[in-house]
Parts: sequence; structure tokens; C-alpha cells
Amino acid sequence: MGNDMLYLAKGIMLGLLGLGAGCAMIAGIGPGIGEGNAVAKACEAIGRQPECKSDVTSTMIMGCAIAETTGLYGLIVAILLIFVAPGMFNVILEGK
Amino acid sequence: MTEERVPDVKSTRFRMIDYALIAMMILPILACIVLKVYFNALYTLQDLSIAEGVHISGAMVFAEFKAPVMNAYISESQVNSWAVMISILGLCLYLTHGLTAKAVCKRQLAAEWIVEKSEKLVRDNMGGFFREWGPFITAIMALSAFSSLICLLGLFSPTGDVNVTFGWAILVFFLIMHYKFRGGLWNYFIGLFKPIPVFMPMNLIGEFATPVSMAFRHYGNILSGAVISALIGSALTELSNSLLGWLPGVLGDIPLLRVGLPAILSIYFDVFSGVMQAFIFAMLTMLNVAGAVPWDDWNKRRERRGKKAIAAN
Repeated sequence: MGNDMLYLAKGIMLGLLGLGAGCAMIAGIGPGIGEGNAVAKACEAIGRQPECKSDVTSTMIMGCAIAETTGLYGLIVAILLIFVAPGMFNVILEGK
Repeated sequence: MTEERVPDVKSTRFRMIDYALIAMMILPILACIVLKVYFNALYTLQDLSIAEGVHISGAMVFAEFKAPVMNAYISESQVNSWAVMISILGLCLYLTHGLTAKAVCKRQLAAEWIVEKSEKLVRDNMGGFFREWGPFITAIMALSAFSSLICLLGLFSPTGDVNVTFGWAILVFFLIMHYKFRGGLWNYFIGLFKPIPVFMPMNLIGEFATPVSMAFRHYGNILSGAVISALIGSALTELSNSLLGWLPGVLGDIPLLRVGLPAILSIYFDVFSGVMQAFIFAMLTMLNVAGAVPWDDWNKRRERRGKKAIAAN
């Protein structure tokens, strides 16, 4: 394989990796909607029973953190695609 | 009842011990900063390309050893987390130095507040059976919070390294398993096939998903904050270079737009997120461990053992 072809292959791969990372971050939509729902319901609950404010708040934060996990999985996939995968492709292409 | 010996707070010996403990808190962190500056200079001298553009990297590797399976590393996250541990130990010794029944030092009030709050948290969330878990939960929370906050000093926060959070999560996993096996190994094995045998693979994955999700949650939150901070910092540098580059002399080289905005963002990404993740990690540890005990099976086992012991006698 010539040098030009090598650069072309690398460029296509890097571009596709970037696209893949962007697609992986679509996972951020779900936790956004879910956490918004959770906070809205928590506000309603506090409005109905203001004396349970501390309990509701701590439960809501726990729930938000757990709902966030799916979005974070997407984030980790994106980070792996951007920072780790190019190194592996270099190893494959150049045989280093 | 013997008279309590009240320490002389103003004596030279008391003060010297105080200063030594404060040094124990500060010196490890300073040593970390010195190490980071030294290795940064070393790497920059070896490879000049590091200094240009957006530079986001994991933990630096300080030393490497030959080992049978794979090479063993001493990385920045290990060194930093040990420094944080020594600092927290110094803080604890400082807060409990000169404890008396009548609270001669003001710091005793802080120590008592921490102990009371942590024991109340553990009692509320884990129940009376686990009332002695206060120190462990507080240790996890303090280590996690201070490890995340160390990035305010420009150091790499150990919780931004997946190996560190995975280590903690594996520890929690062993604790959970220890309490699940209390009901008997056979009962645990049967429990995997409930409600119908088809659910076995899902139940098995669920067992391992707990530590994995705990580790990734903590790591992802801290790392995403660090990545976004680095991206915004470099973007602001570029912006101020193109907008304010006409200023004469050194003034044009200084990224003036970088002043202010990253600090405001770091209140959320570093301080709030780090402390919140520490709380959540401790909370999940408490809930998972307290929820793992199979009370019915365990009580049955204990009753059977009691009957056997009575029959043997």
C-alpha cells in the first residue's frame, strides 16, 4: 500500500470514528428527558408536601444519578472512539 | 472516677504536633505538584509536539517495572490517591488531637459533627444491623470527594482514572457478595433461577452490572468534566489569540479571555459534580450492601443451627 493510500485510509477512519462518537452521544437524549421528568415530579411532590423537602430532594438526586448512567455509557463509548481507537488503528495500519 | 487530664493547648509540644499534622496534610499534595511539573517538563523536552493544540491525556506513567504477565506501572493516579489518603489521615489526626470531654479545642466540634452526621446517615439508610459501618462509609466518601477536588490544584484527579473507581467498586462487590452468601450458597444459587429459569442469564448479568455501573458512573462524571474544561480552555485560548493578538508585546500572547469563565464552569464540573458523585457512591454502597442481606433465609439458617446446638446438648 502506498503512502498516499495510507493517509487516505487513516483520514477516512478518523472521520468515521468522529461520526461514530457523535452518534454514540445520542444516548444523552434519554437521561435528559428522564431527569427532567424526575425533577418535575419532585417539584410537584414538594409543592404538595413541603415538609418532606429534604427526603424528596435526596431521593431525587439518587434517581437522577442512576438515570444518568445510560448517558454516561454513551459518553464512555464516545471517549473510547475518540481517544483510544485511533491508536489501535495506527497499530493495525503500520504494524507497529 | 479519675480526673481527666486536660491537654495544655498553648504549650509548645501541643503546637509542634499541630504543625507537624498540618504539614502531613499539605506536604504530600505539594510533592504531587512537584512530581507533575518535573515529569511534564521531561515529556515536553522529549517530544515538543505535546505542547501544541488541545492536549487531553490520561494519567502520566511515572515508572514501569517488568512483571510476568504484563508490565506494572506506577501512574499519576496511584501516587495522587496515596497522597490524598495521607492527607486525609493527617486531617483526621489533626481534628482529633486533644480530644476532651469538655471540648477544649474548637476543632473537636467539627470532628463530632462529622461523626454524628455519618452515623445518622448510615443508621437511616442501612438500619440498625449495620450501625458500625459509619467509618467505612465516611472513609469512602472522604476519599472520593477529596480525590475529585484535587483537580482544583491542577493535579490529575484519581477518580478520572477508571482503574481507581473500578478498584473501589470491586471492593463493594465483594461486600455485597459476602452478605448475599449469608443465606446459604444453595439458596443464592436457587435465587438466580427465580422467577423462572429463563431469567438466569439476566440475573447473573445483573449481579455484575452493579459494580460496573458504579465504577463507570463515577469515572464518567469526573472525566467528562475534565474533558469539557480542557476543550473550553483551548477554545478560549484560540479565541483570545485571534481577537486580542494585536496587543503589543507579551500582552498579546497571554490568553486574556481565559480569565473567569473556566472558573465559573469548574464550580459545577469539578466541585459540585465531584462532591455529588462521592455522596452517590457512598449512598449506592449503603443501599446495595443493606439490600443484599437475605433476612428470611438467614433467620431460618440460624434457627436450624440453634435447634441443632440444643439437640447436641
